[in-house]
Amino acid sequence: MSKYIVKRLVLMIPTLLGVAVLIFFLMRIVPGDIVELRFAGESSYAQKENLDKERVRLGLDKPIWRQFLTWMLGLLRLDFGTSMWTGAPIMEEIRLRFALSLQLAIMATIVAILLAIPLGVIAALRQDTWIDYAVRIISIAGLATPSFWLGIVFILGLLIIFRWLPPMVYTPFWVNPIQNLAQLIWPALAVGYRYSAVATRMTRSAMLEVLREDYIRTARAKGLWEKLILSRHALKNAMLPVLTVIALEFAFLIGGLVVTEQVFNLNGLGLLFVEAVGHRDYTLTQALVMLVAFVFIFVNFLVDLAYAWLDPRIRFR
Amino acid sequence: MAIGHPVEVAAEIPEAIRRRWLAAVGEFCRKRPLGAIGAAVVVVNILVGAGANVIAPYDPLATDYGAMLARPSGAHWLGTDAFGRDVLSRIIYGSRTAMLVGFACAFLGATVGAVIGVASAYFAGKVDLFVQRVMDIFLAFPLIILALAVVSILGTGVVNVIIAIAIPMIPRAALVTRSSALAIREMPYVDAARAAGFRHRRIILRHMLPNVMAPYLIMLTAYLGQAILAEASLTFLGLGVAEPTPAWGLMLRGAAVQFAESAPWMAIFPGFAISLAVFAFNLFGDSLRDALDPRLRTQ
Repeated sequence: MSKYIVKRLVLMIPTLLGVAVLIFFLMRIVPGDIVELRFAGESSYAQKENLDKERVRLGLDKPIWRQFLTWMLGLLRLDFGTSMWTGAPIMEEIRLRFALSLQLAIMATIVAILLAIPLGVIAALRQDTWIDYAVRIISIAGLATPSFWLGIVFILGLLIIFRWLPPMVYTPFWVNPIQNLAQLIWPALAVGYRYSAVATRMTRSAMLEVLREDYIRTARAKGLWEKLILSRHALKNAMLPVLTVIALEFAFLIGGLVVTEQVFNLNGLGLLFVEAVGHRDYTLTQALVMLVAFVFIFVNFLVDLAYAWLDPRIRFR
Repeated sequence: MAIGHPVEVAAEIPEAIRRRWLAAVGEFCRKRPLGAIGAAVVVVNILVGAGANVIAPYDPLATDYGAMLARPSGAHWLGTDAFGRDVLSRIIYGSRTAMLVGFACAFLGATVGAVIGVASAYFAGKVDLFVQRVMDIFLAFPLIILALAVVSILGTGVVNVIIAIAIPMIPRAALVTRSSALAIREMPYVDAARAAGFRHRRIILRHMLPNVMAPYLIMLTAYLGQAILAEASLTFLGLGVAEPTPAWGLMLRGAAVQFAESAPWMAIFPGFAISLAVFAFNLFGDSLRDALDPRLRTQ
């Protein structure tokens, strides 16, 4: 097992390196640069010498391979440098936003699990009845409804029916949990519905597959209590693919909720992304991409690990 | 795809084949009513988009400052927006944009992905390993950054949005087709083609690609809905289709949120249009998958 883990960890390096190369050069292909953008509003300062001075300060005058090497050496020491736009350390820029995005992702995951597993199991047990059809329609609708629009509808509903708006300024959970939840529960529900749709469909099909296995028939033949068969024998074995889609969706939610964040006025990683690219803040964009890519690759790694742990055949492939 | 002259093509198809197709369509409708409903809604959507200039009661760009933020009424069935533009007409024209983007992205993403996936499986060995790594990199790359970068480099507009949405679809399509193509690679007819001295390109495009049609079609239909959603999201962020082109995502932007309390129809109806279109594509795609995937058919 440890050999398998090491092998998988080593395989992460070329992928991360590829992401680094891709984002580094992609950002430099994008037209416009941070110096021009910064001085764009102040035409009197936008003289060549000022622009050049700023470029020297940011290290943008150096040859591109030097810039790349400097960045890579920093990455090796987990030093992301400072944001080109604000001058603040990138770790600091990211930390608070990451906390918010993470909390939202966790809450959405809880919503999704609470909806998906009961619905998926019921649909599978009552296959081809009206319950099954209803669950399928609910979940297909979940995939079809844009989360950000659902967010708008939630806000509208609260406003029109209860004359109440969720708080629009972020309060950390440890400062005021109620205020914090009152704000984040709505985006969590909007995102969680779509998320649950993915998981419901997976739960249903995994349960259908497992319920046809011989060991379920054996358990039934033994006269085992049906509830026990479902929870111990069926659900447990059907959970692996469900966990996989939940984990992958979770990885996507970190940094992927740009539009929903916009609707709820949340200052999360998604919004930071848009700002960073808009300002051509190379260092910040690069750090964010590396973070999101790392989360994605790492979650994938954990999923593979779970499979390998549960199914010894995979380890020896 | 030969969509150019459907009538002429139909005349060339032998009667027996045409009857078989009709029978298959009939069976699909009978066995999978939900899928048939989805397909019907898709067809209606396409027709509405294509015939927007005939169906729409108003010019989607015509402003009427006498009827700003008007409630739904006999004159404006779904009300008007902050510029007095008819919401229904804008939704009808928006269908054109959505269908165009949806079909173009899905076709581009699934086709390029399928070709890469099949080629990767065919060449195997080092090429396959290299292609897989590159696909991994694109998979790990945040979608929104790719879209932002493409739009920043190329600018906004329908064609660039199509490119921005199609690129992230490619590695996913490649993964799926590759796994199907791995089995096909071992088929005797591929060996035969190689023995006959055909070029790689011909074997990949003519012999292998047609045999991954089932996963290809499944992906294509799944991507249609996803592309429409992605277009709406990008446009909502101001990175997609730009004013004054009527697009559903654009209708939800700006004023729709600002005036949401006094004129909720501005935000509600375009969202319904998006959901209904994607819902129909997914319903159809799901049923198609059940019908085409032999593993599920045996169940």
